[in-house]
Amino acid sequence: MLDQTVTSGAAAPEPETGTGSRGPRARGAGPSRRGRQVRRREGLAGGLFLGPWLLGLLLLTLGPMLASLYLSFTDYNLFTAPEWVGLDNYRRMFDDERYLTSVRVTMGFVVLATPLKLALALGVAMLLARPRRTQGFYRSAFYAPSLIGASVSIAITWRALFSDDALLDRALQWLGLPAGGWVGDPSRALIVLVLLSVWQFGAPMVIFMAGLQQVPQELYEAAEVDGAGWWRKFAHITLPMLSPVIFFNLLLETIHAFQVFTSAFVVSSPNPGSPADATLVYTLYLYLRGFADFRMGYASAMAWTLLVAIALVTLLLFRTSRFWVHYADGGDR
Amino acid sequence: MTTSTGRRRGSLLLWHLTALVLLALVSYPVIWTVGSSFKPSDRIVGALDLLPTSPTLANYRRAFEGAAGVSLLRFSLNSVLVAVLSVIGTVGSSSLAAYAFARLRFRGRNLLFTMMISTLLLPFHVMIIPQYIVFNQLGWVDSYLPLLVGKFLATDAFFVFLIVQFMRGLPPELDEAAEIDGCGHWRIYANIVLPLSRPALITASIFSFIWTWNDFLGPLIYLNTPEKYTLPLALRMFIDQTSVSDYGAMVAMSMLALLPVILFFLAFQRYLVSGVATSGLKG
Repeated sequence: MLDQTVTSGAAAPEPETGTGSRGPRARGAGPSRRGRQVRRREGLAGGLFLGPWLLGLLLLTLGPMLASLYLSFTDYNLFTAPEWVGLDNYRRMFDDERYLTSVRVTMGFVVLATPLKLALALGVAMLLARPRRTQGFYRSAFYAPSLIGASVSIAITWRALFSDDALLDRALQWLGLPAGGWVGDPSRALIVLVLLSVWQFGAPMVIFMAGLQQVPQELYEAAEVDGAGWWRKFAHITLPMLSPVIFFNLLLETIHAFQVFTSAFVVSSPNPGSPADATLVYTLYLYLRGFADFRMGYASAMAWTLLVAIALVTLLLFRTSRFWVHYADGGDR
Repeated sequence: MTTSTGRRRGSLLLWHLTALVLLALVSYPVIWTVGSSFKPSDRIVGALDLLPTSPTLANYRRAFEGAAGVSLLRFSLNSVLVAVLSVIGTVGSSSLAAYAFARLRFRGRNLLFTMMISTLLLPFHVMIIPQYIVFNQLGWVDSYLPLLVGKFLATDAFFVFLIVQFMRGLPPELDEAAEIDGCGHWRIYANIVLPLSRPALITASIFSFIWTWNDFLGPLIYLNTPEKYTLPLALRMFIDQTSVSDYGAMVAMSMLALLPVILFFLAFQRYLVSGVATSGLKG
């Protein structure tokens, strides 16, 4: 189910990039001995070619996941052996004020940043959809922030632009709006991170543009003959036809938003989470618990809670998708 | 007829205007950073002007001195080393796995493929603590090994997926013909499929380079001695040491750290944008 969504969502221009579960070729379909031999050889080759990846999957992904599940039921500080404490770590989270703060901050970030970013991405994609000579230039220019947005350099720029009495404040004063610092103001510091995320709308925009190219032009022409205006064409053609791509972008951007780290770390440096824990996003608190306090058990419990939360959100999105995502082929799901 | 062309010209004007305003807004932070890096340190924060009135190279001179007694050149070389090795590891291991997924048929392939795709959605944070514990026990902390091992084992499924998508598009007759000629899978992979997959490999290399270059969490966890720091860590150390007093040098250093990414982008933007459009992931 998942791989199909990925490929259909990607709306690849080449038609041959079909669904993930498609068999490669009709070869070897015959019952001949030669066919079986080929398959056995391919099985061996498959194992060899997949070797490094399989090793990585077992040693660096699945193994560590299970290990952190175990650790989440222990007290462990790296120096003495892990001590089994059952569900204590999970129970402790509910009494941990800073933990609850980090959950609130992260939810706020996800709920603000993701829809804003996607709305801007879709808006600009539609603006650029009509081919013009400058289309490629704008597409690249708007995509660029997605490449550099996660860097420390850009986080430093953001800090400078939004610090007290800096650029934005001056601009607001000039417009006669209330100023007074952003990075230092607990009620506004998160907005700085949200804006940095929204600034990186280019990656979903490129995907939206690829999706818009797939919408049959005849639909719009037919609607125009029927006298449909701009809004009706958008609501009744663009949105439904694009809904698989919207779903795909929504899923990916939500999962990414849950894991925001570098921008929060740098913007609030040297006191992570400052001011008053207003930018203490989940992964930042996890990092502090694990690598500053060496509470590896607690941090593992936090990591697994994050994993479960992301899995639940993913499931929820898939569940709701059947009410609003339309597949052009009628949809077998 | 004149009104319709008039209206069309009007909407065209509106289109260009909107696009330009957006472009100005989006590029403002970058242009501001470039401009500020040439301004005297005390004229950066709070200055609305984009371009410096009296440009100076003093910021860059101080930036080159580096931080904590380590020169900027050292940090840059560290970053280059880690990034180049990461590209080699990622492209090598990912293309091997991609060949198996795209061109071979074996039992359990679809299951493994689904698992590979699912790891795309896994939060990295679930793995970092046990990974750190293991690397710590191996005595690898404060070396580049923990940053590189995963790259050589294709742990970032994005790259496998990207290359699989491309290899699936290659005509199957190619390897069938090669097989009849007696080529083994290694030769089909190395001599036929890999050279034909060049566009995907280039896209993967650039993304891998840029992401490793910008990576902050990995080096933050694993590197302890300033001599081994990569540029993002050096920048972070610089903020903490100088606080707001030397904004000039900090912005100049940010600029220098961004420069390779910007150059890569300018040179390869076509590959990057089409890579995102076809594989539709990250970015």
